[in-house]
Amino acid sequence: MDIEKYIASGILELYVAGSLSESENLEVLHNAQQYPRIQEEIEKIEQALLQLTEASSGSLKKPAFETIIPNVQESEKVIPLKPEHKTPWGTYVGWAAALFFGVGLFWFYNQNQDLENTIQVTKQNIKILNDTVSALETAVTDTQKVLQMLRDQNTKVVDLGGQTVAPEAYAKVYWNQDTQKVIVDTQGLPEPPDGYDYQIWSLTLEPLTPTSLGVLSDVGQDGVQLFELPNTNASEAFGITLEPDGGSETPTLEQLYTLGTTAP
Amino acid sequence: MDTNTLITQFQNGSVQAFEKLYEMYGQNILGVINVILKDEVRSQEICQDVFVKVWKNASQYNASKGRFFTWLLNIARNAAIDELRSKSHKQQQKNLSTDYFVDILETEEADTPSLDSIGLSKVLNGLKDKCREIISLLYFKGYTQKEVSETLDIPLGTVKTRNRNCIAQIRKNCDL
Repeated sequence: MDIEKYIASGILELYVAGSLSESENLEVLHNAQQYPRIQEEIEKIEQALLQLTEASSGSLKKPAFETIIPNVQESEKVIPLKPEHKTPWGTYVGWAAALFFGVGLFWFYNQNQDLENTIQVTKQNIKILNDTVSALETAVTDTQKVLQMLRDQNTKVVDLGGQTVAPEAYAKVYWNQDTQKVIVDTQGLPEPPDGYDYQIWSLTLEPLTPTSLGVLSDVGQDGVQLFELPNTNASEAFGITLEPDGGSETPTLEQLYTLGTTAP
Repeated sequence: MDTNTLITQFQNGSVQAFEKLYEMYGQNILGVINVILKDEVRSQEICQDVFVKVWKNASQYNASKGRFFTWLLNIARNAAIDELRSKSHKQQQKNLSTDYFVDILETEEADTPSLDSIGLSKVLNGLKDKCREIISLLYFKGYTQKEVSETLDIPLGTVKTRNRNCIAQIRKNCDL
């Protein structure tokens, strides 16, 4: 290649001007890398242009580099800022608050359930206590009634002794002839066998005439020992026999447990 | 330091390398813009814009595209010509002549150059009008060889040789 002819063509001046096509640019670059003479010529042309352009600025001074740098750093920052993964504290706090709220809500729900249960138990306890109180009140009323009757001067106490079938047995009858009522105390009677009840009779002796005063159900069970019954008879004695459930028309004398006369 | 090394560092994001390149070419780019705009304040503003753009587009430069200075020159004249075409500038510069490079050379006649640089009048000493014209079109307007050929109505080959002779005159003036 004729280097001097190549240089003289003026292509290198156009290369520095940037007026060549891409392929022409590459060609000049390769030639410059291959021939130092061409590279040197390009640099001299460039120097001439640098002289011309610098002179064209006249008395003007280029801006301080610092006036470009803030913009440069700004533009540098803008790029990395976008992909930077900032910790989304707002989201974390939000979820934490939601979780805390949820746990709190659950805790309050449990507390409420516990309190409801406690209230139910307490209500039941109150009911039991009320029942107990009314039972006690009834018992007290009954006891007072009995006591009242016992203390009445018109009340006659009749002791009923044990007979052949039950020598150990005993009973007491409190008979108020004014009110025509008797109270039978069955504390001394054994618990009757299944299917049997005790029955109390008022007796007149000449001739021997039994009159049923009533059936004493559930003797001995749950402490039922006192029975209040009406008695309009002119009783000379009282007897208690064991009869089939529901009682009998006439006393079964073989099953006479206790007997006592009203005469002192 | 070798200019190619500086360019590589600059492309790798070195602000120091960028500053050195700015020291090397800043005044030249300002000169190019000033020739095109003939507005000192706007020229300095556009010069800043150009170098911010140069920094942002550093990765786009490739030696296969030409000289680094040529790349800067291209960005600068595009920015200056864009500014020239903008409405605001048109309102300020209504009587803009096509041979602006000639104009600025005329205004530079009374210029007193700084000590380390040669004055424009000396650089262009003995340069004919058709030289000023072709240099203006090729280096300051960014015309292609073909566009210059059409504009000046001269053969393609003549564009190259005439331009080489004109640059040779400048080189002679500058002892290059």
